[in-house]
Amino acid sequence: MLVTKNITKKFPGVIALENVNLKIDAGKVTAIIGENGAGKSTLMKILSGVYPDYEGEIIFKDQPVNFAGTADAQKAGIAIIHQELNLIPYLTITENIFLGRELGNAFGILDKKAMHAKAKTLLDTLHVDVNPDTLVADLKVGQQQMVEIAKALLLDADLIIMDEPTSAITEAEVETLFKVIEKLRSENKAIVYISHKLNELFKIADNYVVLRDGKTIETGLMQSMTHDELIKKMVGRAIVPMQKELADANAKELLRIENICLKQKNKASKLHNISFNVNGGEIVGVFGLMGAGRTELLETIFGVHPAASSGSVTVNNKNITIKKPADAIRAGIVLLPEDRKKDGLVLGMEVKKNISLPCLHEVEKMGLLNDKKESTLAKKHIQQLGIKTPSENQVTKNLSGGNQQKIVLAKWLERNPKVLLLDEPTRGIDVNAKNEMYKLMQELAGKGMAIVMVSSELTEILTVSNRIIVMAEGKITAIIPAGEATEDNVLKAAISIN
Amino acid sequence: MSFSLNNNHFSKLQSLIALFMLCVVFAVLSDKFFTIANGLNVMRQISVNICIAVGMTLIILTAGIDLSVGSVLALCGAVTAGLLKNGIALPSLNLFIGFTILGAILAGIVVGSLLGFFNGLVITKFKVPPFVATLAMLTIARGLTMLYSNGFPISSFNSAFTFIGGGWLLGLPVPVWIAALIVITAIIVTKKIKLGRYIFAIGGNENAARLSGININRVKIMVYTIAGALAAVGGIIVTARLDSAQPNAGTSYELDAIAAVVIGGTSLSGGRGSIWGTVLGALIIGVLNNGLVLLDVSPFWQQVVKGGVILLAVIIDKMNSKNE
Repeated sequence: MLVTKNITKKFPGVIALENVNLKIDAGKVTAIIGENGAGKSTLMKILSGVYPDYEGEIIFKDQPVNFAGTADAQKAGIAIIHQELNLIPYLTITENIFLGRELGNAFGILDKKAMHAKAKTLLDTLHVDVNPDTLVADLKVGQQQMVEIAKALLLDADLIIMDEPTSAITEAEVETLFKVIEKLRSENKAIVYISHKLNELFKIADNYVVLRDGKTIETGLMQSMTHDELIKKMVGRAIVPMQKELADANAKELLRIENICLKQKNKASKLHNISFNVNGGEIVGVFGLMGAGRTELLETIFGVHPAASSGSVTVNNKNITIKKPADAIRAGIVLLPEDRKKDGLVLGMEVKKNISLPCLHEVEKMGLLNDKKESTLAKKHIQQLGIKTPSENQVTKNLSGGNQQKIVLAKWLERNPKVLLLDEPTRGIDVNAKNEMYKLMQELAGKGMAIVMVSSELTEILTVSNRIIVMAEGKITAIIPAGEATEDNVLKAAISIN
Repeated sequence: MSFSLNNNHFSKLQSLIALFMLCVVFAVLSDKFFTIANGLNVMRQISVNICIAVGMTLIILTAGIDLSVGSVLALCGAVTAGLLKNGIALPSLNLFIGFTILGAILAGIVVGSLLGFFNGLVITKFKVPPFVATLAMLTIARGLTMLYSNGFPISSFNSAFTFIGGGWLLGLPVPVWIAALIVITAIIVTKKIKLGRYIFAIGGNENAARLSGININRVKIMVYTIAGALAAVGGIIVTARLDSAQPNAGTSYELDAIAAVVIGGTSLSGGRGSIWGTVLGALIIGVLNNGLVLLDVSPFWQQVVKGGVILLAVIIDKMNSKNE
């Protein structure tokens, strides 16, 4: 039904996909398998018209196609159910399902009855027992996911892409979904199914495609595969661990986390009783698949969700009450956020002003900000971290990702933190910058800091960590010392639920 | 490299050029325009708007807005006038408190600060959008003014008080001195102290500012409080100038202040702008008003022209930032 030839997609500084060749058959369920960042989502976004720019060729129903947008792809017969929900909360189920495809008469008057009836039928097929006039905001996440699926069914597409459709639904709902998939398969539709839950794939998929580092590694029949082989294929490469100094057994414990829980109103619990400790000089890597709660863990420790969280944080044997980031910072905990542009930097400000932001008191002279002191402070960090910028007066948004990330680090180092929380410190930066970041982390650990690094890149976790904490669905599923960690056992622990 | 810095200079220059061209046009069209007396006249006319617009700039830099300043101005003017004139009399307790000029002025400023503080509190603690919170305050403060004054003007004060609005000092009108003092202080605040830096950081990226340990709520509350206090100063100047506190004083002054801020190149989405730009913006509005009056243009057309200038300023600003 669909064939891709040498699809390549480049983002600034990164090649997301390289010569991907796929063959998706009608009447079959094709599983796309790969680690975080393997390129699955990018590939699906190309197939569904979200990214119109790429190299290579897509042949759909024997016709070469090049979709200018999602509407184009839908018209051709490709529907996608995205991982993030794309529903409008204050419209009803019916209104959401028919959004952009409303039924009406020649005068543009909506035919509410017909839409209501059709929505009802769709919900019935999915065994969702809710009135179609209910607001989406009033639904549980699982039900919202089903509405998303109903939306795709309405299109009567020939190819349906499901990106992690079961990440938010209950087991009973999964069963229903599988029945729907089987029905679609019997109608000779093609299904592309992406999931981290390998058990599901063995249940529902006919074929598999393994992606790794943006390349197609292998395709084949699901039947001929085993669980362990599949994991091996996903991981695939041998890695050379960096020269890692073993954590000093006599090192002082700098951070202790006990029973951290996070439960936001009307949402499923994000973290369950997380406890661990980190010694000075130690780098602890936190690994988990999408949605495991890694980012939430760091944010909770840093005081971003004071109202929804509980648990205790001890820094340097002192119990700390953290109600806001300022409390954490005062206690010596700092956070390098996952999204440096959204949370880390004031992009429109000069480099020096970003660096001095958390420690403005240091550049004051008789109560006034002193330009000279500020420049000196900024220059010191620019030199120490090797930040490439024409001057400390450069506007931050003009710098490359790696250099921006170093600025976020610089602004914290001036405060001499005891505990460094790093959330995806190398996301979206190039290989050289990554290696520099790893070296910096080891230097800082060498100076006695306790470092917690969250990463979705397994290689990175194995390369820099002294100890690895694996999370899945808001719980710690394994704590593995560096010497015993392999890609296999880490990934297994990350998938280990059920 | 520092393209954006140049750009910044350029947009400042643009306002200056616009102001200069306006002056040239009016000077050619009217022989009364380019005189010292008229220049001082314009400066006195805009001084109240500058007081308000400086506070408004600080608020808009944090990506907020304050619609209540006009009403707050009226209330504070009335309170100062009332205390000066009648003091506080509580016959039932056989109590009378009289106010000196300084006392009455301070009381007016305290009232303005409290109203601003209340704005800030509602916006930060109860998460009410600034537009709505200050729209409510606009109505509340106007109502309080009517209640306090029973809807009548409070008039005729001694010359020491009216000096604040109509007097001269070293060749300049007193309100101009006051406005200049406020402007200089505000420039120091925005460029030279922590509060100013935090204001820019919050407007530029509130998340990053919060995660840098800045107490966002405290900064915002301070900014709204300052704006309230400055509106009070404006109210006192207006009262002294007219020798009367009018209950409907300051109506729609917030719009002139916002206009000055916007024409001065401060971004309504926060994080970008300057006090100096606002002063230029206020000057442009002032010169425009004055010139059109001198040319005998109908007040109805004056409004149309003023609106057009605001639009033009924002469009030019948008085009500048697109080029970045």
